[in-house]
Formats: sequence, structure tokens, C-alpha cells
Amino acid sequence: MGLFFSIVAFFIVALIGYLGYFSPMIFGVVIPYLALAIFLLGIVVRIIKWAKSPVPFRITTTAGQQKTMPWIRRNRFDNPSNAWETIVRMLLEILFFRSLFRNTKASIKDGKKLVYGSEKWLWLFAILFHWSFLIIVLRHFRFFSQPTPNFVSLLQSIDGFFQVGVPIIYITNVAIVVALTYLFLRRVINQKIKYISLSSDYFPLLLIFGIAITGILMRYFFKVDLVQIKELAVGILSFNPVIPEALHPLFSLHLFLVSVLLIYFPMSKLVHMPGIFFSPTRNLANDNREKRHINPWNNEFKMHYHTYEEYEDEFREVMKNVNLPLEKEEK
Amino acid sequence: MAFKIKPEELASEINHKPPKVNWIDNPVEFRKGTYNHAAVPDSIEYINQPYPRKWQPYEEDWKLPQDWQKIVMEGLRERINKFRSLKLFMDICVRCGACADKCHFFLGSGDPKNMPVLRAELLRSVYRRDFTLAGKLMGKMVGARELTFPVLKEWFYYFYQCTQCRRCSVFCPYGIDTAEITFIAREIMNLIGVNIDWVMTPVKNSHRTGNHLGIQPHGVLDSIEFAIDDLEERTGIRVEVPLNKKGAEILFVTPSADYFGEPHYFTLLGYFALFHEIGLDYTMSTYASEGGNFGSFVSHELMKVLNAKIYAEAKRLKVKWIIGGECGHMWRVLHQYMDTLNGPADFLEVPVSPITGTRFENAKSTKMIHIAEFTADLIRNNKIKLDPSRNDHWRATYHDSCNPSRGMGLLEEPRYIIKNVMNHFTEMPDNTIREQTFCCGSGAGLGTEENFEMRLRGGFPRANAVDFVHKQNDVNLLLCMCAIDKATLPPLLEYWVPGVEVAGVHEMVGNALIMKGENDRSTDLRGNPTIKKEEI
Repeated sequence: MGLFFSIVAFFIVALIGYLGYFSPMIFGVVIPYLALAIFLLGIVVRIIKWAKSPVPFRITTTAGQQKTMPWIRRNRFDNPSNAWETIVRMLLEILFFRSLFRNTKASIKDGKKLVYGSEKWLWLFAILFHWSFLIIVLRHFRFFSQPTPNFVSLLQSIDGFFQVGVPIIYITNVAIVVALTYLFLRRVINQKIKYISLSSDYFPLLLIFGIAITGILMRYFFKVDLVQIKELAVGILSFNPVIPEALHPLFSLHLFLVSVLLIYFPMSKLVHMPGIFFSPTRNLANDNREKRHINPWNNEFKMHYHTYEEYEDEFREVMKNVNLPLEKEEK
Repeated sequence: MAFKIKPEELASEINHKPPKVNWIDNPVEFRKGTYNHAAVPDSIEYINQPYPRKWQPYEEDWKLPQDWQKIVMEGLRERINKFRSLKLFMDICVRCGACADKCHFFLGSGDPKNMPVLRAELLRSVYRRDFTLAGKLMGKMVGARELTFPVLKEWFYYFYQCTQCRRCSVFCPYGIDTAEITFIAREIMNLIGVNIDWVMTPVKNSHRTGNHLGIQPHGVLDSIEFAIDDLEERTGIRVEVPLNKKGAEILFVTPSADYFGEPHYFTLLGYFALFHEIGLDYTMSTYASEGGNFGSFVSHELMKVLNAKIYAEAKRLKVKWIIGGECGHMWRVLHQYMDTLNGPADFLEVPVSPITGTRFENAKSTKMIHIAEFTADLIRNNKIKLDPSRNDHWRATYHDSCNPSRGMGLLEEPRYIIKNVMNHFTEMPDNTIREQTFCCGSGAGLGTEENFEMRLRGGFPRANAVDFVHKQNDVNLLLCMCAIDKATLPPLLEYWVPGVEVAGVHEMVGNALIMKGENDRSTDLRGNPTIKKEEI
């Protein structure tokens, strides 16, 4: 049902976007502004909300040998014991999906043996998707500023390394489509994953897939007026929008899907992007016994512990009988 | 144990394919053998927890307070504002499914709600409806639902089918920690008096008598004297074990099961032999006679009050620092919570081994070190004489307990000790040890008789790995450093892998330890004959 719901939702969104060419003003300027504002504000609000909740305990998940005595080799990055090791751990997590790389697949053989195989496909396609998406977003900076920034030209030449096709086919364009296809099919075909999937899992995949496909169509198949698009983009970002005379329906669709993604982002699971930086099991050093961690609401615990005096009061007789030392002799 | 189903049958009926019906429309059914009994009112009353009453989870009426939904939702709101972990973990899961087959309960039961992602969704779905815009607007469409009695039943069933082992958290790309979610979910249920007896009664006992088993001071003394006699019989040496002694250098705190349980008891003999041999100036305490902390299975507040006794006793006895014995969740609390909850321990000194002079900088704030750290340091500095051949009747493997591996990182110290006190040691397969270790299936308060089927299922992955080295390498001993392991692995292995026994690491140390003035040591600490040199 979640799948059906999200497909329907996606097509409604796509239809609206396609029809957007009727109103360059609304779909070319108003909605993108609105989306950008909601995106930025939404992310900021979300981050503030997380930041407002304290981290009462240092609950690092350790995935390697701790730091104890110098002759025991410690695992610095899976069990960091100071700030820079923790930063490396976070970088490995954010840039290379370290934890996902550990993934295994368990299955039962001969009716009673559990076996664990390496399972790197999810990691591979996840990393392909995220990196491609990032590079594609960065490449788009050629539309956002005049002249094209240097790093964009560099990215473009690396991304088009194979120099195949006219215009040159970008590696990331192929990769993102392949990766999204895998991630989507996995949700539909793998029974376990299908069971846990919600509409909010399918929908963003469809949305990003739509964005990628319309982008590719515009680049390779239906030529759109790039000069006009750049004018629009630069205008929007310099708060001096030039309302175009007309929008290509494909571009209107592309831009609308991006706008919807921006709006959807802060109120969905996509906030895992800023969220990972806040994850207390990953972003804290395992130096618990070395440095005291302060819980700002520790004194809200009202219950009193059972003191030794109360204990001795209850058991003085029996303690005395077996000659255990006492604080107070019996009256 | 009276459990009818044969191991082959139980294993072959495990099916990891989810059912047709959506989980949200699939209410829980309390099947005998898979859940724990409710807490008795006496225990709840003694520790002043809300809504003491007689009830059982399989009954239709849980006798909940009238406004229980309101209490739960307010409890949830409060904790979302107090724990960034909870708020974040509710928001950022993408349901990638990497955690799904990492849970021992899922692997052993095939019940999809034992996939960590769905376990969290049980709470997340309720969170979504009240705390997120999408959930408020679109409800079930986006996986949001109202907190109803059937939902509460699900919570009780599945949050008491999680042993807070954190294995899923190692694999999660965002570090979402189900142990944290379970801990807080149990804490919220405790607000309306929904909890289990095997957690609450030990908490009450520990609060009153200082240990989970409810042993009074003379009982502790009794059992220690018994151990002294046993140790003398087996080694020819009479040791002294100071109790509640003021001015000792070190306070030694270990799980209370060590005084009474088997095979824990042999580990206790190992500690006593070792401390005697190196002439350690230490004391144990009847008041802080529990290292473990069942409070950490249900409420941060109860965890705090139970844990407080350790520092309080260290202060009263004027010791310099503290050593903790072999235990699992005890070390999660000591390592990750104690200093924050009950510190600073500024009345203690940074631990320095009086034998080797090693200064334990890694514990310079809590002033408490693990016995394995202490012993590994002794061996490294050649301060004790060992004869590993005295353990030649054992072919061992080592089970990392969950908390010291994933909440601390104590991996090499025990291995270093084992390799120095034994000649036959084999590792289980890589995916089942160290940070990927599998739980015994009975942690976090679930080790009861009434929950026996679920324990066998949850322990299946561990048992399976033991079975592998049992067949391949003739392993006949599973070593571990956790009191719950020592209590629950023997019946688990008896069921799945007969012929493998369970022991603590310091039992092996005690066996191998050459003591001044000892007898011929013809038996190990259990009284089993050791293999004589001539026989080899």
C-alpha cells in the first residue's frame, strides 16, 4: 500500500510539475524561492531541535579495542579515545559509510547452521548514489554563478573522463540512475526490506529518480535553452529574478521536482544527512573513564539511594553476630 | 529444563521470510515461553515505583491507570527533550535494513518485529503521530499510529525481547542504538507500572541488601567462608578475604552471582587465589556486594541509585581505588554511566597497580578498572607464575559479552590472559566475536524460566558458533566474563551443543596460578582431576 500511495503521489507531483510551463512566474520563481526558504529554515529548525535536547550520557558504540595499556594495540578509529580520532571516525562514517561497509548477510544452511556472508551491495550502491548526487549538485553550480567556478570545470572534466558521447556522458549520471534503480528494486523485491518499507521510503527515491531522469533527458535528448535557464538561476540566487517568457515543460518538471524535494527534505527521513553529525554513538570519544561527562539534568533524579547507615540499621544484629565491623554499636 | 521441542525441530522451523500481513495490522499474541512475568507489587512498593498491582501480560486486563495513554505520551515527550539520542533516533532512520538480520532474536525466531528497525518502529510510529507534521497530517499513510492497548502490548512484548546488546548499532550507518530505544521505552512503560519481575525484584533486593539475590550480610560472609574452605581443599592454601575492612587499598566489587551461582563460583575462587598470591591489600563489601545493575534494564533513576553504593562504600571504607569483577552490563554502567551519574570520585586516587606500578590513565576519572586489565598487566610484567598445562583438560573458546565489547572495547585483555593461562584456545568465526559478538539471548533481565523458549531462540546464533568450534576443534569449554552469561549459557549449550561447559576467565587463571606452598594441585578449582605431566 505504501508503494502504491507513493507512486500515485509521485505522478500527481510530476503532472503538476509538467504543467508548470504554463506559469513561468509561479513555477520558475515563486515555488523555487518558497522551496529554498522552507528547506533552509526547515533544516535549521530541525538542527536546533536536536541541539536543544542534551546528551546526558556518553554512549559511544565501540567497535574495536579500547585504549588501556600502551602494549595493547588499540583500534583508534572504530573506538576513538580522543577528539581527532573521533573526527576521523566521523569522516569515515560520513564519506565512506564505514558502518554499512561491515554489513553481512545471515542465512540458514542445512536447516540448522547459521552462516554469514559478506554483503557489500547495499554499501556499494548507497555510496554510488550519495557521491553521484553530491557531484551532480556541485556540477549544477555552473548554472548558479557567472563565470563558472573553477572547481566545477574540474569536476566536469573528471566526471566526463571517458569522453564518450555528445554531449559527453557523465559517469555520475549513469551511476545515479543505476544506484537508484538498485535501491528501489531492493525495496520492492527483497521481502524483508519490503516489509519494513513505508511510503516515505519509496517516495524520495521516486522523486530523486524523476529529477535525475528529467535532467538527463534535458542534457542528452531534448535540448533546452541553457542560457535562459542560467539567467533564471543566477537571477534567483542574486535575489533579482528574471521571469522567463516561457519554460520548457521538461525543465518546469525538473525544477518542480527539485522544489518538492527541498520542501520534503526537512520533514522526512532525509534529515539523516545533517542528523548523522549529531549521532551520540558515533560522535563521542570512548574516554568515559578518563574524562567525566556531565549530564545537565543529573540533579533531576530525585530518588535517594539506600545509604550504608540505613543498611546497617536494618542488619546490625546479624552483622554483629558474625563479627562484621560496624559503624555504630547497638544501644 | 522441561522444554519439549527438539533442537533440530526448533532450528528447522525458523523462517526469516516475513508474513503477508502488514506488521502494523498484526497484533501480538502472548505465547507461553516467550515472555516474562509481571513484577510483583511488593517489589514495586519497596522501591516506590508507580502503580504496584497484581497483573500478568497474558491477561486481558492489565489494570492500567485510567489515563495511561496520557502518562505515556508525557513520558515520551519528556524523554525526547532530555535525550538527544532518542529524538535523533526517532527522526533519522531510513529503514535501509542493514540491522535486520543482525539481531539474535530475529535470527532465532524469524519474527519480523525482532528486526531492530521494526522494534524501533513500534515506538517511532507513535512518536510520528504526535511529534511530526507528516504523521499528524497523513497518519497511517506515513506509518504513524495512535497509542492503543494493542500497541502497548506490542511494546511490552518486543522491548522485553531485546537484550540491549547493541549489535545492530555497530552496523547502523547512523549509529542508531536499539539498546537506547529499548532502555527508554522500558522506562516509559515503567511509568504506568508495566515491567517485569525478573528486573524489578532484583532491583528491590539490590536496593535493600546490596545485591540482586537479596543476600543479607551474614549470608555473604557465609558463602565467602565456604569459598575459602573450598579453595583450601583444592590448593592447600588458606586465603583471607577481608569484608567491609576500612583502610584497605582497593575495593573489589563483583556480581553477587559470583558468591552463589555455578559456574560463577569457580571464578570467585580464581580471584581469591590471585589476590592472595600477589598479596593484594583489598576488601570486599557486603553493602556494595553487587557489581551488576538491573536498574540499567528499566530506568536511569534506578540505575543511578543502585550504582551510587559503589562510590559511597569506597568513600566510607577510605579505599584508594576500585577493581570490578567479570560482568557484562555491569561494565556498561561502570564505564559509560557511573562517573556521570554518581561522580566525581575526587575522594579516590588514580588506580596504580601496587604490584607492577602501572598507572591506569584510562580510568583516571572513574578510578575503577576491570579485573582483566589488572590481571593482563600482572602477566605482562611477569608478576605471577603460571602453569597453563593445568588447563590442558580444557579446549576453550571465548565469548565476548555484549556490553564490554560494544560499550567499552575490552577485547584483547581477556584474550591475552587466556593465551597465557591455557594451551588450547580457538576463536569462533569472525562474525560472531569481538564487536560482532552475539548475545547469550538472556541479557537485560530476560533470563527467566518462563521465557525459556525465547532464550533458546535468542541464544541460537551464539550456540551455533560454539557448535562450529566444538565440531571443528573439539572445543569443550566456553569462556566468558559476564555473570548473566555464566548463568544462562550452560542451559543454552546443554540444549544446542551438549558437551561444552562454561567458565569465567579467572577460573582458568586460578587453575594455572602457581601458589607458594600449594599442594600437588591434582584437581582444578572445580575438583576435576587435571592431566598429569606423565600422562602426556
